[in-house]
Amino acid sequence: MDLLQLLNDLLFDYTLRTVALGAAAVGIVSGALGSFAVLRRQSLLGDAISHAALPGIVLAFLLTRSKEPIVLMLGAIAAGLTGTLLLIRIVGSTRIKYDSALGFILSVFFGLGLMLLTFVQRLPDASQAGLDKFLFGQAATLLQRDVVTMLVLGSIVFVLVAIFWKEFKLLTFDPEYASSQGFPVRGLDILLTTLLVVAIVIGLQAVGVVLMSAMVIAPAAAARQWTDRLGVMVTLAAVFGALSGVSGAVVSSYVPRLSTGPTIVLIICTIVLFSLLFAPNRGLLWAWGRRQRNRRQLRQESVLIDLYTLASQHDDFSHPHSAGVLQAMNVQQTDVTRCLRNLAARELVRPADDGWYLTLEGVEEARRLLRASDSSGSSRLSETAQEEYQL
Amino acid sequence: MDAIEVTDLTVAYQDRPVLWDVDLNVPPGNLMAIIGPNGAGKTTLIKSILGLVRPAAGQVLIYGKPYTQQRRLVGYVPQRGSVDWDFPTSVLDVVLMGRYGALGWIRRPGRQEFTLAMEALDKVGMQSFANRQIGQLSGGQQQRVFLARALVQDAQIYFMDEPFQGVDATTERAIVSLLQELRKAGKTVVVVHHDLQTVQEYFDWVTMLNVRRVASGPVAEVFSEHNLRLTYGGRVAFLRTNGGQPGSDLPHPESTSKITYP
Repeated sequence: MDLLQLLNDLLFDYTLRTVALGAAAVGIVSGALGSFAVLRRQSLLGDAISHAALPGIVLAFLLTRSKEPIVLMLGAIAAGLTGTLLLIRIVGSTRIKYDSALGFILSVFFGLGLMLLTFVQRLPDASQAGLDKFLFGQAATLLQRDVVTMLVLGSIVFVLVAIFWKEFKLLTFDPEYASSQGFPVRGLDILLTTLLVVAIVIGLQAVGVVLMSAMVIAPAAAARQWTDRLGVMVTLAAVFGALSGVSGAVVSSYVPRLSTGPTIVLIICTIVLFSLLFAPNRGLLWAWGRRQRNRRQLRQESVLIDLYTLASQHDDFSHPHSAGVLQAMNVQQTDVTRCLRNLAARELVRPADDGWYLTLEGVEEARRLLRASDSSGSSRLSETAQEEYQL
Repeated sequence: MDAIEVTDLTVAYQDRPVLWDVDLNVPPGNLMAIIGPNGAGKTTLIKSILGLVRPAAGQVLIYGKPYTQQRRLVGYVPQRGSVDWDFPTSVLDVVLMGRYGALGWIRRPGRQEFTLAMEALDKVGMQSFANRQIGQLSGGQQQRVFLARALVQDAQIYFMDEPFQGVDATTERAIVSLLQELRKAGKTVVVVHHDLQTVQEYFDWVTMLNVRRVASGPVAEVFSEHNLRLTYGGRVAFLRTNGGQPGSDLPHPESTSKITYP
């Protein structure tokens, strides 16, 4: 399939356009709200909310016999909120810990949802067909009215986040300080959580109850790797979410009987993996490089100090000492010669016929290092070592 | 009128009292230390004055009115460890948060707020760090950022929860000179403090707390061996010091805090 054809389909093919638009909306909203959830250490709350929404969907259908998207979504939102508030209540008024309460809410609501779903499917008429797509998500079945509802809800969420941006940022970073300044932290908390519920519910039809939490966590986790600013992180998470949403929806609509949810999730997980490995500063590759650099520096410093120790036993500082002696002083040092060459590149040592000797700068540097490690724990040597251990 | 007036304050977590019937009067323009062993309720006292902890009983007045009416007069420096320093934001952004309360809902910080924030950063010697990610700061620098955030609140009363905890000598000196500057400007500062050796040097008012208020008043009057013994428990026979200077060669208070005062 060539790209032009794909672009053409995306723009003019009714089904594909609808599906892609819907999936993009899902990715954007869940990415943005997920950023807040991840930063507030509420990643798993998304999982509980999405599972808790299932009975709401089925109940909404049972009560109204309608499959209007707004009806089902309102049912999902109501159930998701009920689950969340119940969770908060359990943690607040009993000795049950947050994670236990979370697992409890998740499984009870999901179990109830599955039970209702089985019951509905046994009903004689066929009007209930398709409710089970909420389990794993089926973007290909998205209709225009679904997508319109998703876009409207998504826009409301977005506008509210933009309006209360400052308050949400403060709430996420330092809720007690927010409270001391007079912001109603409880109310803001409930508002932000409600927005998260809505964001999750928007995604249920396309991604499914089971995997929706990945859409909350993964884009945020990937985005965090690339930036140190909240605004950029939220934007990037939305972009990653949209990207995986659209490409997942496209792939699953071209390949028959491929669920959209898992496809989208696998794509966003690839983005996460890439970000974890290759992002500057926070990426694993970067950290590995930094560690190598630190090690090299530590080795060089210790060789320099050894050479200084040897030199100070001689009258003449420029008396050369062989690499072999230095190697013997440093049994663990793998490659003293290379360290010496690197030191020579920094003009701290110089090679001679039968070994190496310190330059004037080298003497200064060695003395500085020794002074630093003498005076306190704040030596450069040990600082590098500290960083080494942290990595 | 007293800057802070606390009457009969009692706070309990579940059924365990953390503060019991605490009375406190702090006249304006004083630097006050709150000292006491671990679990004495020092942080809880501050938090309940700020309305962050709901007291079981008692009343708190700030310049004669309840805290909720006087928020703009109060600045807060929480414990450094109370937030996640890996949060994706810059030093300047954190300091700007000090203006959020004054800005009120929805309004964003503008030019005026940026100027104030940069001035506050300058006062704590952190101006060149304005655009740093907060995760790259040392402990002392983090503390100074929190101080700057409280400074832009432009308050009359400041509450600081262990600002000297785990900071380097540079930061300690910076904080002390800042405290003196605040006093000179007529502000009242309440500091949860741990180092008994520096109480007399840094502060002019002290509250000694161990669930109950043991003593509260000018350092010269109440910072006595007798009161220290009452605060930190009986096992402080080695409190006797040369020249009648109480506290001048005390052990670190945490080491004597194993015994809780009944």
